[in-house]
Amino acid sequence: METRHCQILILGGGPGGYVCAIRAGQLGLNTVLVEAGPLGGTCLNVGCIPSKALIHAADLFHKQATPNDLGIAADNPRIDVAQTQAWKDSIVTKLTRGVVGLLTASNVTVVTGRGTILDGKTMRAETPDGPCRITCDALVIATGARPTEIPDLPFGGKVISSTEALSLHAIPKTLAVVGGGYIGLEIGTAMAKLGSQVTIIEAADRVLPQYDAALTRPVATRLGALGVDLRLSSKALGLSEAGDLQIEERGSRSGIAAEHVLVAVGRTPVTQGFGLEDLMLTMAGPHIAVDPVCATSMRGVFAIGDVTGEPMLAHRAMAQGVIVAEHVAGLASRWDKRAVPAVCFTDPEIVAVGALPSDDMASVSFPFAANGRALTMERSDGFVRAVYDPATEVITGLQAVGHGASELAGEFALALEMSATLRDLSDTIHAHPTLSEAVQEVGHLALGHALHL
Amino acid sequence: MPNLPIKLPDVGEGVTEAELVAWHVEIGDLVREDDVIAEVMTDKATVEIPSLYEGKIVALGGEIGEVLAIGADLVQIETDADVASTSAPQQAPEPAKPEPVVDDAAPPAVRTKPTSAPLRPHRSQEAPAMASPAVRARVRDAGLDLQHIQGTGPAGRITNADVDTFLANDGAPTARSTTTRRTGTEEIKVIGLRRKIAERMTDANARIPHITVVEEVDVTALEDLRAKMNATRGDKPKLTVFPLVSAALCRALTDHPEMNAHFDDEGGVIHRHAPVHIGMATATEAGLVVPVLRHAEALGLFDCAGEIARLSNAARTGEATREELTGSTITITSLGPLGAIATTPIINAPEVAILGINKMETRPHWDGHGFVPRLKMNLSASFDHRVIDGWNAAVFVQKLKTLLETPALIFVDG
Repeated sequence: METRHCQILILGGGPGGYVCAIRAGQLGLNTVLVEAGPLGGTCLNVGCIPSKALIHAADLFHKQATPNDLGIAADNPRIDVAQTQAWKDSIVTKLTRGVVGLLTASNVTVVTGRGTILDGKTMRAETPDGPCRITCDALVIATGARPTEIPDLPFGGKVISSTEALSLHAIPKTLAVVGGGYIGLEIGTAMAKLGSQVTIIEAADRVLPQYDAALTRPVATRLGALGVDLRLSSKALGLSEAGDLQIEERGSRSGIAAEHVLVAVGRTPVTQGFGLEDLMLTMAGPHIAVDPVCATSMRGVFAIGDVTGEPMLAHRAMAQGVIVAEHVAGLASRWDKRAVPAVCFTDPEIVAVGALPSDDMASVSFPFAANGRALTMERSDGFVRAVYDPATEVITGLQAVGHGASELAGEFALALEMSATLRDLSDTIHAHPTLSEAVQEVGHLALGHALHL
Repeated sequence: MPNLPIKLPDVGEGVTEAELVAWHVEIGDLVREDDVIAEVMTDKATVEIPSLYEGKIVALGGEIGEVLAIGADLVQIETDADVASTSAPQQAPEPAKPEPVVDDAAPPAVRTKPTSAPLRPHRSQEAPAMASPAVRARVRDAGLDLQHIQGTGPAGRITNADVDTFLANDGAPTARSTTTRRTGTEEIKVIGLRRKIAERMTDANARIPHITVVEEVDVTALEDLRAKMNATRGDKPKLTVFPLVSAALCRALTDHPEMNAHFDDEGGVIHRHAPVHIGMATATEAGLVVPVLRHAEALGLFDCAGEIARLSNAARTGEATREELTGSTITITSLGPLGAIATTPIINAPEVAILGINKMETRPHWDGHGFVPRLKMNLSASFDHRVIDGWNAAVFVQKLKTLLETPALIFVDG
């Protein structure tokens, strides 16, 4: 069997793994990346990118199909979903090819095949050319996460995960979505805009329960306007013999007819089936416990991305990948991020960075209803909110909900990383007319001198 | 065909050694890649070790029940695996020689990695010092801690200028920082040797009721003797106090064999040992290790000095073999010049006695007419009170005192 040796061996070619590999290659480390599927992981292939493509298509179609006050009318808009999928696939292909090019340019060796960990320094990979063994100085586990299955609704048949939902070649007439988190809402909203009758079943008493009610209210309102049937405080029980989804809603049972049932109740770290158990790493619940350099409990073994737990976000995995590569190369990098921005591509979009409002922090909100740019886009719902320490005026959190608000994520994250104060927001000129003016205004407002409210 | 070793791989968190529990091969067996060759047991689980090559087993690395260090040769395989492809596993950064007490932090798995200790602290995320990412990176790269730098920006934000000021002051905290509140808690994983030490100390202290006897010894005569022997030693190793204490201990043990023993408290048996194998508690960078001076009863003073120097050096460089680190029958612990007035040594279980040597210093001594300066040194000896009574302990310590105060008694029979 062919045996090769490298300085850093990365298992998993998702956003965490491939970024780690690129950075390691840049730093001159002899780098091997092992991936069985296409590069780019969940994010590029069956997650972030495909869902954003689908959401974009759904938005375009929905605008055409919805009467408006602008004097624009398009008769009988149609959508060829097969072509939409082909268009989506072309974007994915372009991006995954781009990843291959970046890895090649960084002198990373990509081994295509399933990797199995033999010990903390050795992996066996089943490549199309036969098995090979790779030994390494440092091992990086970047195996990601998969959609969580619920026992009463195992995947298969009409019960699908986000992966299948993003590659449907026909719009289901009816769709039941189990889980009112961001994945369920993003896909559910897109399907509703494409003409599906969507029912969302959520166990908590509101959607996106990890955020506060104020931040999620515009989304719930919009779901109602789109005709989405929201079943809150409800539990999915399973399929009836007729194929209806049985739910229990506040004590009473009912059935929901659904062509497909999308189960989107979260993602489970991939930690089994590739030899990880034998390393007996210290776990933190279902995920691998890591320290600020992403080191696991075993020396020379690192873990990054979804397999290390929440928040399971591509950009967090990428940041961890960079830290591990730099640490292994001898640099002083370590995780000292102040915030991991999170975006929900719901309608309207939610962006949340840093602390949510709490009793010991002050918070103020500036509504998009007072923002000119928002009005010109026909969307005055939503707001920008700052959470800050009233004693020092240091900003501890920034959130927004609104159409196009996702693009504020960068400014929010930068403000937190720079330890910005209210005065920093207030004194920075924000271009007119943009949504970002609301960020400056929230600074003014907190300091008691709002100009446009 | 070359013979290649298969080394015992890293089999788990903080695991530095593993016990061989089963061989799946014998010498002469032909094995294929991934055939299981052995099972080893760590304190966590039993792990099967596969073969890395196809070939013939030509040597086994140990007997069932033997404890092997991670990185030790498990088997030797005669193989025609080509050199290019097999050179890699040999370069794998497992320790090259047996290191029964290797420290997880000492030989970093990744050579290019700086010592990971300062990189590991888990700081509280509650109130991190405020600084931009660029300033934080600069502080990290300089090996500094944000918590020590006074920020002069809005709300105490640390600016590049603050870092300049801090560095200009040679890293001394800036004027106001003496009153800065520090936040955060450092988490240090207790792994490897440190975990082992912690387990053993806990076990010894919990199981053994210790009685500690502290006695003052006048070592003026002993030191005179040592000085004279050193003055005429020629090319022999320099004599420290340790060989003399060791000799006195061996002498005292001939009258007190009950002190040179192992107490198997589960079996209810005391094993009295004829040879005196003295464990020498030795501080190393990795932590406490105890190399063993074998057959101290049969060593001359200078041989003893040479052996002590060799063993402590081996322990400090991590080169001591398993043989050299096990099998002591009684232990001496000495903190040298830091030795304090008295200590309460913890017994190196299953031994029953440990002798602590305290600091030597000139103290006033009342000789009946006036104070005279004498060299004094305290002994702090702990005993397993389950099997050693206080009276015996006291008699033994008095015997040591007598021998050390009149060193001729160590060497004459009578």
